[in-house]
Amino acid sequence: MNYINWLYFPLRLAWRQLIFDHTKLMVAICGVLFACVLVFMQLGFRDALYASATSAPVNLDGDLFLMHKQSEAMWRPIEFNRSELMRALGNPAVADVFPLYLGLAPFKNIETRVKRTLMVYGFDPDSSSFRIEAINNKREALKLKDTVLFDEYSRPEFGPIGNLIAANRNLTEIRDYSVAIIGLFRMGVSFAADGNVVTSDLNFMRIFPERNLEHIDVGIIKLVPGSSQTYVKGELEKLLDESTNIFTYEELLHFERDYWANMAPIGFIFGFGTIMGWVVGLVIVYQILFTDITNHRNEFATLKAMGYSQGYFIRVVFASALLLAILGFIPGFMLALSLYHLAESQIFMPMPMTAAKATSVLMLILSMCFIAGLIAIRKLKDADPADMF
Amino acid sequence: MQPIIDVQNLNFSFGSGALVQPVLKGITISIQQGEIVLITGPSGSGKTTFLSVIGGLRQAYTGSVVVLGQQFIRSSEQARVKVRQQIGFIFQQHNLLKSLTALQNVSMTLEMNSQLSEQQRQERATAMLTAVGLGDKIHYKPDQLSGGQRQRVSIARALVGQPKIVLADEPTASLDKQNGYEAVSILKKLAKESRTTILLVTHDYRILDVADRILELEDGLIRTA
Ligand SMILES: Nc1ncnc2c1ncn2[C@@H]1O[C@H](COP(=O)(O)OP(=O)(O)OP(=O)(O)O)[C@@H](O)[C@H]1O
Ligand SMILES: [Mg+2]
Repeated sequence: MNYINWLYFPLRLAWRQLIFDHTKLMVAICGVLFACVLVFMQLGFRDALYASATSAPVNLDGDLFLMHKQSEAMWRPIEFNRSELMRALGNPAVADVFPLYLGLAPFKNIETRVKRTLMVYGFDPDSSSFRIEAINNKREALKLKDTVLFDEYSRPEFGPIGNLIAANRNLTEIRDYSVAIIGLFRMGVSFAADGNVVTSDLNFMRIFPERNLEHIDVGIIKLVPGSSQTYVKGELEKLLDESTNIFTYEELLHFERDYWANMAPIGFIFGFGTIMGWVVGLVIVYQILFTDITNHRNEFATLKAMGYSQGYFIRVVFASALLLAILGFIPGFMLALSLYHLAESQIFMPMPMTAAKATSVLMLILSMCFIAGLIAIRKLKDADPADMF
Repeated sequence: MQPIIDVQNLNFSFGSGALVQPVLKGITISIQQGEIVLITGPSGSGKTTFLSVIGGLRQAYTGSVVVLGQQFIRSSEQARVKVRQQIGFIFQQHNLLKSLTALQNVSMTLEMNSQLSEQQRQERATAMLTAVGLGDKIHYKPDQLSGGQRQRVSIARALVGQPKIVLADEPTASLDKQNGYEAVSILKKLAKESRTTILLVTHDYRILDVADRILELEDGLIRTA
């Protein structure tokens, strides 16, 4: 009972003082809400970027991956010789290898005839190179000349491909080469490409006639079940020449993510935005707490004269900070949630509201209010009961 | 009988070094339980200073000040806070918390006492507000009350904890004659019922008749009237 009161009474006083002045309370809540939404959006965009940066590699079906040493990221690969990939078969733990071809190409919107660039993937239709069922189901169909599958998560500027297929209007041009869209799959856009098309290696060469089956962009290696990826990776590094990098699945994802986080200053920009949101919120909450203590100086001094201890007022200040954090976080969370939905539906960025994200923003907001309280309690010294008579 | 307030040769100065300004210059006085003592005197004679030393709000360093058995000279803040919890303070300004209702303001005194339940606190605060004639206004906030009503709320706040001592500094200064006299009469009536000691500073000669004893402070010294 005593310990509950120890916290409850200061909390109750803080609450009563907060709700007394509606205008000031609204301003304070808006301040926290603003910081909250800012941080949520920064983290949302950053995670969306990372997620979309890896939307292609995350869907590749392999144990080890080969890329040219000079490839900065999958979307701008440097070609290397297919024979290099074939040499991996020399290791007994390697079950199979498959080449993957990538190229950016303009895709003509069937309705508006406007061209827009997307990423074209060419793979061996006898392999399962993707972890996407919709692609694997159509492997036989893709062996037909000039057939492609279209990523329905592509930006809407490419046209309502799903409806058009249903209406039998599935013919279009990629790089001015006529193809038929024979189905849809789901992968997701990235900062590098607004849309994706998957086709067979032979069809890929028809779209890109200057390309050659012997020059590949990514090599997919499948291991005999039960073999150790890291061990085989080490063995292959000895076997292959030095022009290629070998990645495990996880390493490939990291490689792609790090490209955007480091090579492009995007990780820094979003991190900076997060810190700015935190600082702006801190200043606003500090201002509110500070003026609150100043305005209540006489009241606090009176309570001190009556026998309230300094610790009580410190608890009142921290309770105010906590209440502001919670009162600002709840609407901030709601607003961020709807902004995430808006982003997902309007700019097709994957912006999921995860529990981890909500928790880390809540922690940021709590730390922000806590530190604002910590700076503000110095002001409590001014409440001197000796001045009250 | 042991006096409830016992002051021996109390000296108190403001400032330090060359700027030191002696305000209380050797005050000696004993006050018994239940006494109502009025302190008057010219402006600047040290009445407020004296009251704040007795109330443990200012630290004094020479002489002896024993209040409710606690020596205040060179005492710790903690020891004085303990004694302050048994003292009711009434200020010249009502000093109520403006975001709280009358009832909540009065309950603040009782929230330091963890022995009481929330319901007991509510009942006592309501009873005390009724005793000062505000039974129908317990849910009003200070800015919805008149000056006299606010001062009565602060009297209720000072008395609800059943203090041994009430210290009041010009409680009627912001009130008109009628309201001022009424407030002090209520204070006296409630104090006499519970044998509470009252020390009240006033310039208001109309209320001198409530006193058991009147002290006159002049230039830091007591001149018994
Ligand atoms: N905080 C302070 N710092 C320095 N000097 C002070 C302080 N408070 C009071 N004094 C001085 O102490 C002297 C006594 O002041 P005090 O307030 O005790 O007088 P008082 O008898 O209550 O006067 P009044 O009737 O006008 O309220 C005054 O000369 C005043 O200038
Ligand atoms: Mg005075």
